[in-house]
Amino acid sequence: MLTLTCPYCGVTAEETELAPGGEAHLKRFGPGSSDEEFESYMFARKNPKGVHFERWRHANGCGKWFLAARCTATLEVFGTYSAQTKEPPADIIAAIKAKRPGWEGYK
Amino acid sequence: MRRYSMFAVAREALRFHAGWEKAWKSPEPKKRYDVIVVGAGGHGLATAYYLGKVHGITNVAVIEKGWLGGGNTGRNTTIIRSNYLQDPSAAIYEKARALYEDLSQDLNYNVMFSPRGLLMLGQTEHEVRGYKRTVYANNLQGVETRWIGPQEVKDLVPIINIDGPRYPVLGALYQERGGTARHDAVAWGYARACSNMGMDIIQQCEVTGIRTEGGQVVGVDTSKGSIDCGKLAIVVAGHSSVLAEMAGFRLPIESAALQAWVSEPIKPCMDVVVMANTVHGYMSQSDKGEMVIGGGTDGFNNYTQRGSWHHVEETTRALVETFPIISRLKMLRQWGGIVDMTGDRSPILSKTPVGNIFVNCGWGTGGFKSIPGSGFAMAELVAKGEPGPLAAEFGLNRFKEGRFIDESVAAGVAH
Repeated sequence: MLTLTCPYCGVTAEETELAPGGEAHLKRFGPGSSDEEFESYMFARKNPKGVHFERWRHANGCGKWFLAARCTATLEVFGTYSAQTKEPPADIIAAIKAKRPGWEGYK
Repeated sequence: MRRYSMFAVAREALRFHAGWEKAWKSPEPKKRYDVIVVGAGGHGLATAYYLGKVHGITNVAVIEKGWLGGGNTGRNTTIIRSNYLQDPSAAIYEKARALYEDLSQDLNYNVMFSPRGLLMLGQTEHEVRGYKRTVYANNLQGVETRWIGPQEVKDLVPIINIDGPRYPVLGALYQERGGTARHDAVAWGYARACSNMGMDIIQQCEVTGIRTEGGQVVGVDTSKGSIDCGKLAIVVAGHSSVLAEMAGFRLPIESAALQAWVSEPIKPCMDVVVMANTVHGYMSQSDKGEMVIGGGTDGFNNYTQRGSWHHVEETTRALVETFPIISRLKMLRQWGGIVDMTGDRSPILSKTPVGNIFVNCGWGTGGFKSIPGSGFAMAELVAKGEPGPLAAEFGLNRFKEGRFIDESVAAGVAH
């Protein structure tokens, strides 16, 4: 069973305590953007087989949104971090690179 | 290819069954094919079959990284139905269901289609209204379904508890010609027919790259070398995003695990398929006597073919309330498949940003029932380069245009 540590309250929660929220770090497009940009923001997803950055909510806990780095091919969790970030922090990147030397990096 | 028949069985019985030939050949890849279909599951093989049968294109290879029918085709609960709300969905799923009716004769391979009837229980007032609406829509679409009351449900399914305290059975959407089929046999039957038309089915051959020139596909790199092609059909369900990435575009798809499990075999006790979508479980009895059970999809991206345990628990718990008789059954096996989910829970049959690459994906949790219709529509798209009437509404452009085919609500299921 998937367990993630909430970076806000510090509780290590199992999956039934959490609500998944899809891909993290999406660049938002709204009024004034092109159709392509808006479509890509709304629907196109990386859906990688490997390292994935995603949103979770500690729904049956402190209720806060946070982000996680996880491998979709092995279910390994690299770490969780604050939702108030535009891209993955350096310690998360380092943790991933230590376990996945061939990883191309965040893009 | 020797035809299968009663006489063939009699003939082989007299000579110790030594004369059966291999159902399909396993050739090495040629240098070039007119069409390469990636993915030898039901959808890929059906695409190849109708390319040959309807459109006369037989210089076709179906390549598969694992073994034939080893993905979702061999991992589903084998339910076949076409009681969808939206017109484009009803059309393609009903085409599939109709093709299943005589698929065994068409393929000369017994796919054991069993139109035993399918019930979708209405267990809340909202669900009842939703399903009545679907019945009215189905009647206009030419899909035969009807609404039945709780007593008729009980008559059809004696083991059901219709007086549950929290979710009583208020009636059901009944499709009499829905049912099940033997999932492996569907893949095997199509494979045999494709091989017989001279197509190459190449297993253990993983696509590692897609080669393009001037925005057009020219071939694929595989673990068995480079193969050229005129057209490329990507029909790989859960791995669609991975193949799209190789071709340089993204899809509105997320991959997640969906599980199913079976009980120990018991005497025949339920001869219809029952779906209880409010409590979220569905169950049928296989010909071997196992109760075949399915439930909800995990909410997170996953390629591991392993699902979350709590879904097994939640679904089984819900079904024990609905069918008290199963409470002492032991569960025998459990497995997961990777389903490709779109935002509107409808499939994608489409041209792509790369010339002569076509995708057939996004069937999500409803792939098995649609195999023949999906293959039929996809073959037309690949052969003509433009979608026919069945596939027209399922293009990738529907997301840009906001023209969704919203079946997540119609199914009444939270996946």
